[in-house]
Amino acid sequence: MPVDARVEVDTHCPYCALQCGMVVRDERAETTVAPREFPTSRGGLCQKGWTAASLLRAPDRLTTPLLRESRDAPLRPVGWAEALDYVALRLHELRDRLGPDAVGVFGGGGLTNEKAYLLGKFARVALGTSKIDYNGRFCMSSAAAAGIKAFGVDRGLPFPVSDLADADAILLVGANVAETMPPFMRHVRPAADRGGLIVVDPRRTATAEAAAVHLQPAPGTDLALALGMLHAAVADGLLDHRYIAERTTGFDEVWRIAAAWWPERVERITGVPAADQRAAVALLAKARNAYVLTARGTEQHATGVATVSAWINLCLALGLCGRPGSGFGCLTGQGNGQGGREHGQKADQLPGYRKIDDPAARAHVAGVWGVSADELPGPGPSAYELLDSLGTADGPKALLVFGSNIVVSAPRAGHIAERLESLELLVTSDFVLSETAAVADVVFPVTQWAEEDGTMTNLEGRILLRGKAVTPPIGVRTDLDVLHGLATRLGQPAHRFPTDAEMVFDELGRASAGGPADYAGISYDRLRDGEALHWPVPAADHPGTPRLFLDGFAHPGGLARFQAVDHTGPAEPTDTEFPLHATTGRVLQHYQSGAQTRRVPALMEASPEAFVEVHPDTARRFGVHDGQWAAVESRRGAVQARVRCVTTIRPDTVFLPFHFPGAQRANLLTNPALDPTSRMPEFKVCAVRLGAA
Amino acid sequence: MRITIIGYGMAGARLADNLHGSGAAITVIGAEKHPAYNRILLSNVVAGSMTPDDVLLHSPDWAQDNGIDLRLGVAAAEILVAEHRVLLTDGSTVDYDALVLATGSSPWVPPTDGLQVDGALAPGVVAFRDLDDCQQIVGMAKDFGPVAVLGGGLLGLEAARGLAGRGCPVTVVHPVGHLMERQLDSAGGHVLARVLGTKGIDFRLGRFATKYLPDKGLQLDDGSIVPAGTVVVSAGARPSTALAEAAGLAVDRGVIIDDCLRTSAPDVYAIGDCATHPGTVGGLVQPAWEQAAVLAKRLAGEDARYTGTQVVTRLKTRDVDLASMGEVHVETQDLDAEVVRLEDPSRGRYTKIVLRDDRVTGAIVLGAPDVAAAVTQLHDRGTPAPADRMALLLGRAMPAGEAVDPATLPASTLICRCNTVDKGRLVGAWHAGARSFDSLVSTTMAGTGCGGCRDSVCALSRWLAEQDPLTEPEKLGCNAT
Repeated sequence: MPVDARVEVDTHCPYCALQCGMVVRDERAETTVAPREFPTSRGGLCQKGWTAASLLRAPDRLTTPLLRESRDAPLRPVGWAEALDYVALRLHELRDRLGPDAVGVFGGGGLTNEKAYLLGKFARVALGTSKIDYNGRFCMSSAAAAGIKAFGVDRGLPFPVSDLADADAILLVGANVAETMPPFMRHVRPAADRGGLIVVDPRRTATAEAAAVHLQPAPGTDLALALGMLHAAVADGLLDHRYIAERTTGFDEVWRIAAAWWPERVERITGVPAADQRAAVALLAKARNAYVLTARGTEQHATGVATVSAWINLCLALGLCGRPGSGFGCLTGQGNGQGGREHGQKADQLPGYRKIDDPAARAHVAGVWGVSADELPGPGPSAYELLDSLGTADGPKALLVFGSNIVVSAPRAGHIAERLESLELLVTSDFVLSETAAVADVVFPVTQWAEEDGTMTNLEGRILLRGKAVTPPIGVRTDLDVLHGLATRLGQPAHRFPTDAEMVFDELGRASAGGPADYAGISYDRLRDGEALHWPVPAADHPGTPRLFLDGFAHPGGLARFQAVDHTGPAEPTDTEFPLHATTGRVLQHYQSGAQTRRVPALMEASPEAFVEVHPDTARRFGVHDGQWAAVESRRGAVQARVRCVTTIRPDTVFLPFHFPGAQRANLLTNPALDPTSRMPEFKVCAVRLGAA
Repeated sequence: MRITIIGYGMAGARLADNLHGSGAAITVIGAEKHPAYNRILLSNVVAGSMTPDDVLLHSPDWAQDNGIDLRLGVAAAEILVAEHRVLLTDGSTVDYDALVLATGSSPWVPPTDGLQVDGALAPGVVAFRDLDDCQQIVGMAKDFGPVAVLGGGLLGLEAARGLAGRGCPVTVVHPVGHLMERQLDSAGGHVLARVLGTKGIDFRLGRFATKYLPDKGLQLDDGSIVPAGTVVVSAGARPSTALAEAAGLAVDRGVIIDDCLRTSAPDVYAIGDCATHPGTVGGLVQPAWEQAAVLAKRLAGEDARYTGTQVVTRLKTRDVDLASMGEVHVETQDLDAEVVRLEDPSRGRYTKIVLRDDRVTGAIVLGAPDVAAAVTQLHDRGTPAPADRMALLLGRAMPAGEAVDPATLPASTLICRCNTVDKGRLVGAWHAGARSFDSLVSTTMAGTGCGGCRDSVCALSRWLAEQDPLTEPEKLGCNAT
């Protein structure tokens, strides 16, 4: 085939927040991808990335809307007009009967900035509902809240990821990057080669294998560990007193708490040797440059905000934050987990990372939207509370789902599936018949990833353009088309819901202007020119802000704030009935609920089914054998998983990946105890028992 | 409800914290002038790694901020049980609905000639018990003169280690034949002495001090003299029970309490070192805190019980890691128990684990921090011990697997995790024509994710090249890593 018949587009991988650089080649016979040089991925791709093109040709791709008038009936193909008319009519009817809060909206951290923004606007303006939240609540919310408390603003990494290569020490807490974002290891390896990588994880993961120090705490005890390390820092004379005096407030209250957590006491709670706590903190304190990075393992707890705050406290005590070459960050998970939490699909938020209960923010955004600020609803319930209320007397009777597969990904998934069944109307927008789409009343077939334009904000707060690379199948439309179609049928003027991504982005820029996440100075043209723009970018001639906090933190007065937090432990301790901790996580081959990756043959061949990692001693104790199917049971449900005996896990803990559907859903087990601030459910620890299936 | 707590130490302060939000009117009586401080951290003050301010449990504003009536520098003189009233040394009185004794313990001073003069410690002699003592010890250590420590128990050794760390020559005099005899067996005690010996501490074991010679030191029962300008007494503590005894409360060694922390007098409770409960031993903070937590619940009307504490003793010095728990004096020849033991005195390691019915019932772990952590968890939780006892005993010292040789790896060994490439696929790709590092990488994608396996792919390609006549060595390209 002659070269000129090829279409090559520089873009980014459809999966995680690393947004690896990728080239999509669309040729007549097949579409392929290849890695390209990009600062976050440095030319790397994992197996998910390499096989991403096969998603575009998934055999069960939806190409026509599906609809059923009753749950007993099968979904049947219908035309777009019929589907949109039907949904709009039902939404109209519900609103007339029960008011605007009778309709809920659920978004996702994989949606582009344009979709996330327009979805929030659609909920607040076209539906007038306060009931919108998204799956990022299950992902980044604890780190986000802790970051705002300490620093005054939340940007996952307040520095470019490439800065990590110059660190002597990196503490990774609850982050298994070797499997969840493999090319990220390229940034960690220099520190690892210098003997400075420290990993906190109840499992000896592939990431922990690369570490000089692996701290293996019992699930749900990370906060105690952080307190023990802070205590060791004080006892061993490792505090940065001058930094604490000049750049922070609140250390004394924190120390009063940490003083009661000497490392030997922490050892009994966590199982982490006191000597290792001291060694780890000494590595960080004595490094020329050092970073502390958290991820879901330490964040997805009912004490997630306090736990992240404790790690930030440690980082501040060592004087690491807000100076070149060192710092604190959290590793955002979903592809647009950063941008998705900034532009208004969150229950308490308006675009630009503004608060929906802030009168000035309401006035500004209402002005951009051409509506009155009084018309905008107030804050709504958080994701789990929203889902838990579906179909109840006070809860929504209809739910619109965009970019999320909650039947698999919500905590206590069996219960949430029942709540979805109780709805009068469930509408999803999906590119395949995901587990959630399969139980919907109406499914809109939409474009994915390389078939549409849009921007993503990666884990370092850099805005990326993902341009259209291939032509979508006939019959498929974009989420923006769906929102436009519904909004106009609900009486909105057409211009208020543009379908052109660039137009939406320009409006997003205006709506975010002056907010913490200010995109006002970013344009598609600047992104097409390859500019590396990290927010805030307040003006068209502003170069962006790769590093935050160098001159001061975002709180009034510029000081970072220590948070006085104490250890309380898991919401559901083990007992004689449920004697083991269960923790959940990811495998390299799958992404989130697996709706995408379970449709890629090479990935399914490598990782076909749910498994449960069990220590051989534990397997013997509970009478299960390697390779056998086992039942893992909590107070909320039971899961089928194949036993993998490994010595890399604590004997008091089992691990299950959460990517698999049906009876293999790890989230049938998980505990929806919520963090008081972030409303994050306790995904990462619950009490279970184990037996042969 | 009016709750009065006599004693503002580890136990009393903790109880006051635990009662926060209960709505009770709380009075705390503290004989010392400081806010409560963390006794556990006093050895850090002696060692110089913390200041007295660092070890305070509460800020000076604590009582005011929490609406607590705190009486500092005043002691309880008498309890009038029938009247539910306490008389204080300043002449005032406090009426209570519930009274909690948290009076702690006081140091025991051995009857060595000259240590005490008119009932007080002689000049140059200091006990190691409270914050003032520590400041006195630190003051005396400023000239780096020789120090004798009377008592080779946990606290005595922490003090000795701290002083030696400051540069003072230290000698520990201990009447028993090995150190920490309650927590260590003889072999373990000797390894510990050997380890501490390398840190600048001398020992006189199995020896009594018979006479204190001011400015000279201690004379021992064998007639020898331990030179010392300062003597630190750390020979044990006695529960402070005078107040309770005078009020007619039942006292054994300490004030006798039941599972509800009740003493023999109505509405009078006791917690911490001043109390005696059959489920625990004195002198450690953990039982005191657990008792405080239970009592706070009971005073708030909840039904909670204190049934005892599984005590783990840790020597808290930075460079010596020692844990002791449960029954430690069982010997290997005991037929009723399983005892596994490892001795490596030259490297300061001693590990002994006692098991019954597969459960850890006692252990001494010295110089093996990772083993200590693992064994402690097994002991605390009562979970079955690993079948591989040697692995438990050795911890990280367990020999690692043999170095990986590409020749002997099974074909199913995963080489590249990021792209799920095993050895078999790399070998297959080689024989299908990918006879260089770069072409192995581009055909299998191995090494294109995190890049961590590129050395392994290289080693594998060299091995393949060696036995393949079709190889063109100059094209192997293995320096690309």
